[in-house]
Amino acid sequence: MSAEAIHRQLGLTDDELGDIDGLLGRSPSELELAMYAVMWSEHCSYKSSKVHLRRFPTEAPWVLVGPGEGAGVIDVGDGLAVAVRIESHNHPSAVEPYQGAATGVGGIIRDVFSMGARPIALMDPLRFGPLDDAHTRYLFEGVVSGISGYGNSVGVPTVGGEVVFDDCYRDNPLVNVFCLGLLPKERLVLALAEGEGNLAVLLGSSTGRDGIGGASVLASAGFEEGSEAKRPSVQVGDPFEEKRLIEACLALLDANLAVGVQDLGAAGLSCAASETAAKGGAGMDVDVARVVKREPGMNPVEVMTSESQERMLAIVEPRHLDEVLALCEKWEIRATVAGRVTDTGRFRVYEGLFDAIGVAGSNPTPPPGDTAPEVSSDREPIADLPCDSLGDGPVYTRPLEPPASQAGLQAADPWAELESRFSAGADLSDELLALLATPTIADKSWVWSQYDHQLFLNTVVGPGGDAAVLRLKGTPRALALATDGKGRFCRLDPRTGGRLVVLEAARNVACVGGDPRALVNCLNFGNPEHPEVMWQFQEVVEGMSEACEALGIPVIGGNVSFYNESRGADIDPTPVVGVVGLIDDLRDAPPTPRTVEREHMVLLGETRAELGGSEWASVLHGLDGGIPPEADLDAATRLHAFVRDLVTERSVGGVHDCSDGGVAVALAEMAFGGEVGFQVTPDVALPAAVWSFSESANRVLVSVDARPLPQVLKRAEDAGVLAVDLGVADGDRLIVEGAIDVPLADAERAWRDAIPTALGAVAPAS
Amino acid sequence: MSARVAIVVFPGTNCELDVAHSLEQLGGSTELVFHTATSLGGADAVVVPGGFAHGDYLRTGALARFSPVMTAVAEHAAAGGPVVGICNGFQVLTEADLLPGALQKNVGLKFLCKTVECRVETSASVLTSGVAPGTVLRLPINHFEGNYICDQVTLDQLRAEDRIVLRYVDNPNGALDDIAGIANERGNVVGLMPHPERASDALLGSSDGVVLLQSLLDAAVARSEAA
Repeated sequence: MSAEAIHRQLGLTDDELGDIDGLLGRSPSELELAMYAVMWSEHCSYKSSKVHLRRFPTEAPWVLVGPGEGAGVIDVGDGLAVAVRIESHNHPSAVEPYQGAATGVGGIIRDVFSMGARPIALMDPLRFGPLDDAHTRYLFEGVVSGISGYGNSVGVPTVGGEVVFDDCYRDNPLVNVFCLGLLPKERLVLALAEGEGNLAVLLGSSTGRDGIGGASVLASAGFEEGSEAKRPSVQVGDPFEEKRLIEACLALLDANLAVGVQDLGAAGLSCAASETAAKGGAGMDVDVARVVKREPGMNPVEVMTSESQERMLAIVEPRHLDEVLALCEKWEIRATVAGRVTDTGRFRVYEGLFDAIGVAGSNPTPPPGDTAPEVSSDREPIADLPCDSLGDGPVYTRPLEPPASQAGLQAADPWAELESRFSAGADLSDELLALLATPTIADKSWVWSQYDHQLFLNTVVGPGGDAAVLRLKGTPRALALATDGKGRFCRLDPRTGGRLVVLEAARNVACVGGDPRALVNCLNFGNPEHPEVMWQFQEVVEGMSEACEALGIPVIGGNVSFYNESRGADIDPTPVVGVVGLIDDLRDAPPTPRTVEREHMVLLGETRAELGGSEWASVLHGLDGGIPPEADLDAATRLHAFVRDLVTERSVGGVHDCSDGGVAVALAEMAFGGEVGFQVTPDVALPAAVWSFSESANRVLVSVDARPLPQVLKRAEDAGVLAVDLGVADGDRLIVEGAIDVPLADAERAWRDAIPTALGAVAPAS
Repeated sequence: MSARVAIVVFPGTNCELDVAHSLEQLGGSTELVFHTATSLGGADAVVVPGGFAHGDYLRTGALARFSPVMTAVAEHAAAGGPVVGICNGFQVLTEADLLPGALQKNVGLKFLCKTVECRVETSASVLTSGVAPGTVLRLPINHFEGNYICDQVTLDQLRAEDRIVLRYVDNPNGALDDIAGIANERGNVVGLMPHPERASDALLGSSDGVVLLQSLLDAAVARSEAA
C-alpha cells in the first residue's frame, strides 16, 4: 500500500501530508503520520472553527483561565475559584449509548480535576429524535443509564441539564456534558511540562486498543449506514478507577508533588505528552515500552493513539517520585514513568530506551503473549518531531454560504396557516394539554431521579428548576448554573438564534438571583465541508458574541462538534451554552417556579406574535418555518437586572422563565409547582392562541402578593420593563379567559406521565 | 463533651465528607479512617457512609467486608459500640454479617434519587433513641440496590424483637415489609438506606435527619462517658 493511501485512510489530505513533509524535512514514519492524523483531526485541531472562535469575548477581571486549557477558571471570592468545561460525546453515544455517555462524563471530569479542582457538579444537555421511535428510546434510555451509572459511581452529582426531542437528531443524538469543579485558588495548576529532567508519570488504567482513532474516526466524519462497525472505537468507562484517580491526583496537587497534570483524552498519549511539553516550551521523550499494555501485540501506533479511559499524565520532579508512587499505591492507582522532559523542543518516541539511560522505574511486565522489548542505550527514536507542530494544526477558512432555502424558510410564517384553524374564540384547552405532553416540555423527573443530585450537600436547587443553585460552603455565596440550547431558532436565523441561546441561559440564572460570570459553549453542527454549515456556524458565533458582550459575560471555554449528520442531512445548528452565575448572599432557598394562593401572576416583558420555531407551531402542527423571536439585548439587560433584584429581595413568591411552549405552559408549570390553579386574562391586542403559545424572548413570570404589587409594577415601569398583572392564582383549574379551561390535575397528569408512558413505564391513561 | 465518630473510607466511598460535615454541625468531632486501618483509634462510634465501596464490583459491599478495617468495626460492634451504616454502608454491614438480610436491585431496575417519607418504628436503637415511634421524617434516598430482603424466620425475628427501625411510608424500591432500616439484637448496630446527612439543613430541603444524627452522637457520648 502506498504512503498516500495510508494518510488518506487516516483522514489527512494530500496538502496536509505536504505540510508534514515540510515540517520534518522528510517523509513521516508510520507512527508520526498516525500522530499527526489524530492531532490534526477536526476534533483535536479545531481547524475549521478556529478562525471564527476568535470572535468570542473572553475577558473579565474575574477570569483566571480562559479558553484553551483543560477548563476555564473564574474567581468566585474568598480564595475560591471554579473550573468549568463543557464537551460533546455525540458520535460515541450514537454508536453505543451507555458507554458513549459514560465516557463523556469521565472525560469532562478529568479535564476539570486536571486543573486542581474537585468536580462538584455535572449537567447534561441531551438531544434525541422523536420519542415514538424505538431507536430513539434505545438511545435515550442508554444515555441516561450511562450518565447515571458513571456519574453516581464516580461521586459527582448531576444537578441539572435538559432533554430536547427533535426529528433532526434522530440518528445523531447530542450528548453534551458540563462539569464544574471547586478549588482553592492557590491549587490552580496548568498542564505545563517544565524543567529538564522532570518525569512524565502515567497514572491510572492500562492502555488498550479501545478508542484508537476515536477522535479522528468517530468525531471527524459523518455517519452512514453500518455505524455499528465503528463500535470498537468507543471506549469503555470504569468509574471506580476514575474515582481513585480523582482522589490520588488531588492529593498529589495538595502536597505540591506535581508540576502539572493533564488528562489523556482524544488522541491519548500523543496529545497529552506533546501538549504539556509545547505549553511549557520544552521537549519530551516518551518510551512506549514503559506503558502498561492491556493486550499483547500492541504496536507503538496503537499505544500512542489509544484513547483508553481513566488515564492522566503527571509531570513530577525526580525528587518527588517516591512520594508520588506511595500516594498512588494508597489509592490503588497504577503509576509508571513513561517519559521525561527535555530542553530539545522535540517530541521523541522511543521503544525500549529508558532502562539503559537510568530513568527511575522499570519496564512493566508485558501482557501474556508479549515478550519484553530489548533495552538499549543507543536507540533511534521511532518518532521525532517539533513538539508544537502537533498542536498547531492547519487552520482553514472554509467557504460560507447561506442555504438556498433560507429565505423561503423564513417567509413561511406559521401563523398564516394556524390563524384559520384557531380563529377568535377557539377552545385551546386540548392544545395546552397536548403541548404539556410533548416530550421536550413534559416532566423530566424520570431522567433526573436516576442521577445523584445531592452529593456534597451543596444542592439548594437541583434538577427541574430554572437554574441549579449550589451553595459555596463556608461563604455566604452560591453558584447558579443553567444550560440551554435551541436548534430550531438557530436554523431559522442562526445569528438571532445564537443570541437567544445566551439570553435564555442568562435569564434562567437571573430567575434564581444569579449574576452571570462565565459562559462555556458546546457548538454542535453539521458537516463543515458544507458552506451552509459554516455560514450557520459563523452567524451563530456572531450572535452569541453579541449577546455575551451586551450582558458582560466572558466565554471561558468551549468545544466544537462538527459532522453531526446522518444520511446526508445536517442537524439543525445547535449551540448549547452553560452559564455560571454568582449569588452574593444566599440565606434561604430562592423562590421556585410555583403559584402561591391569592398572589398575582405578573408577566414581565413583552409578548409579540412570534410563533416561528415555537413548540406549538413546529412540533404540534408541523409548521417549522418563520423567523425566531426578536432577541433585544437591551431589553434583556433591563429584565435580568430587575428579576435579579426581585428574587434577591424575596419580594416574589414564585418565579419562572417563560420559554418553550409560551406563557400558557410556563403558567401551567408554576401551577404544578404550587399545586394551585389560576385564572388569567390574555392581552386583547393579540389572538388568544398567539398570546398563549408565542415564545417571545425576554419574559419572566413572577408571583406577587397583593400588597407589594403596586410597588412592583411601579418599579418595573421605572426599570423599563413591561409588567402586566394577568390575574390571580386560585382554585384547581388552569383558566385563560376565553381560551383555556382545564383541571389542574388533568394537566399535571399529561405533563408528568408523558415520558414514562412513552417508555412503557406507565400504562397510558384510558 | 464531644463525641468522636470514626467515618470509614473505602476506595469508592463518596459520602464521607457529607457525614463529617453534618455531624460536626451538631458538635460532634469526626475522623476519617481509611479501609486499610486495623484500629478505629479509640472512636466512640463508627459510621460506614454511602458511596460505591470498591466500585461495588462483584456485588455491593461484597469486597468491602474483607477490608482490614472491618475487623475493627466488628470488634467495636461486639463490644456494644454504636455502628451506623448508611446506604452503601448498610449493604456493607449486611455483607459483613453485622446485620441480617441483603439489599437487592430496586423494583423497576432504576437508580433512584429522591426524597421519601420514612416512619420511625422504634426508639430502641442508637439512631432513633431520641425519636418517638410513629414520627415521619422526610429523608433522601440515593441507591440502585435498596430493596431489602431476608428469609421469613429473620423477618419474624426482626418484627418480634422490635428491630425494624425505619419503614417507608410509600415503598419506593420494593423492600420487604417496607423496610428502610434495621438494627441488630442490641440496637447498637443500625443500617438504613436513606441518607440522614442529606437532610440536615433546611436550606437543602429537609432537616429531618438531624434527630437521627443527634441520637447517634448522644449514644457516642454515653459510650465515651462509660469508658
